[in-house]
Amino acid sequence: MKILVCISSVPDTTAKINFSSDNKELISTGVTYILNPYDEIALSKAIDLATQSNATVTVINVGDASTEPVIRKALAIGANDAVRINSVPSDSFTVASNIAAYVKKTPFDIILCGRESSDYNGSGMPVMLAEILGMPCFLFAKSLTINGSNATLDCEIEGGKEVITSPMPFIAGASEGMAEWKIPNMRGIMSARTKPLVVEESVAINAGTKLVSYDKPSPRSSVKMISVEDAGKLFEILREEKKII
Amino acid sequence: MSVLVYIENAEGRFKKSSFEIISFAEAIAKKMNLPLVALSIGKVSDEELKKASQYGATKILNADAENLLVQSHQPYATVIAEAAKAEKAKIVVMTAGFNGKCIAPRVSVKLGAALGENVIDLPSMDGNFVVKKGAFSGKAFAFVELLSDVKVISMIPNSFKVIPAPLEALIVSFQTQLPASDFTSKVIETIRSTDKVSLPEAELVVSAGRGLKGPENWGMIEELANVIGAATACSKPVSDSGWRPHSEHVGQTGIAISPNLYIAIGISGAIQHLAGVSSSKVIVVINKDPEAPFFKAADYGIVGDAFEVVPALIKAAKEFKANQN
Repeated sequence: MKILVCISSVPDTTAKINFSSDNKELISTGVTYILNPYDEIALSKAIDLATQSNATVTVINVGDASTEPVIRKALAIGANDAVRINSVPSDSFTVASNIAAYVKKTPFDIILCGRESSDYNGSGMPVMLAEILGMPCFLFAKSLTINGSNATLDCEIEGGKEVITSPMPFIAGASEGMAEWKIPNMRGIMSARTKPLVVEESVAINAGTKLVSYDKPSPRSSVKMISVEDAGKLFEILREEKKII
Repeated sequence: MSVLVYIENAEGRFKKSSFEIISFAEAIAKKMNLPLVALSIGKVSDEELKKASQYGATKILNADAENLLVQSHQPYATVIAEAAKAEKAKIVVMTAGFNGKCIAPRVSVKLGAALGENVIDLPSMDGNFVVKKGAFSGKAFAFVELLSDVKVISMIPNSFKVIPAPLEALIVSFQTQLPASDFTSKVIETIRSTDKVSLPEAELVVSAGRGLKGPENWGMIEELANVIGAATACSKPVSDSGWRPHSEHVGQTGIAISPNLYIAIGISGAIQHLAGVSSSKVIVVINKDPEAPFFKAADYGIVGDAFEVVPALIKAAKEFKANQN
């Protein structure tokens, strides 16, 4: 069995975000880039499945050479090999199209992705990839088990969950609870240096979107403190001052 | 030409977010001077369908074929894309909930349309078509131009006000061929807890953290939520410890919400938590530690012990509700 995990390199979730003076670019100086946290769960799940069923795990990233530290980290955690499609991604569709082109040449049984990227907070990529490849996609999967050539997934829905069975191949999104985080050990880190990382040329895709500018939320006006004795007045205050209740 | 809005139902009833999304689509349609067509998929009564006409739809397509009774992303995406083609839709709009997030990207690929996902405001349409969305987990907004002729937009619930705009709408049955490849996966069981307010759609949310000390103390949180009609939520350490289900976890790696009111009790306000709640319109923080970082991100703060403050709030909320009636 072959498992593909799609990974992206994103600013550390605790990083301070600043933009250029024209608000058109993120200033990356001083920002540490990490493996997208959801993708890390997807990778952990892939490694668990591989251990149970003698599968191989490949990670794929669409990015320029600057993403290689994050790819090496994924190899250190336990992926067998890696592919980097050499292109600065412009939107979810260009990423999905590039990964789809690779998967059409090199088929996989299971494709796992994080359910969201923590930079643009988008979740379109896995679903677009599934649509291009004609596969089902379970973006909000909470658990995933493989029985022979079928998978059973618990998927989050509004106010509950669905139990779904699907044949392979399929795509699943990963989020917290699907697998335990894996921390790379020294042996993993050493072996990651020599594991194969293939660089592929990208396919030319017209992006459907263009980033125009960024903005920051206006800071909240300073906090208004209410004493414990007056706590009961909270709802009247909320009605009078904010008209929300 | 038209603007097409997909309105989701939950077991035959439209949800609040369905009316919100019609109002949002109506505002776009008006600006573009196009008629608004609504599409409902699954089994919905005529009476319920007519409700959609109260918010500005001129025509309501009803796709209620037998094989669409179970909500499923692939066939639903096919129906929406086919309806968009039939109605020559310039813009296709839906809610960015659990379903919309799994459907909108498929529709965009099927139509060769740009996707503006998770938008939080009306697009600007003077010249270029630009949508506004959250980025970097609540730390910024991104303005993104949609370049294609046809566009697909998904909107985060609670981002737009429901505006009544009653019309006499025509209800038309909509049927389309669905390929067998849309039905390879099967739902074998659905487990729903229908008695609770759904978290992503909730206007009011009461959330608690480790300050509550243990799962046995959640009774008062649920009571407070119940009295004011709020959904309950929790912080990551709480769901990690198994005190509450993962589905209640709001924050960076949980659900991102933007209710009108977020009451955080015994949550210190780590940056990862703020990422999921900072777009709440009003934030109230209750914490016994006056140095808790959450106070810096709050509109109202109460420094006090949850076990003292929450019962007082429950009592006050009951009186407040009684006076309203």
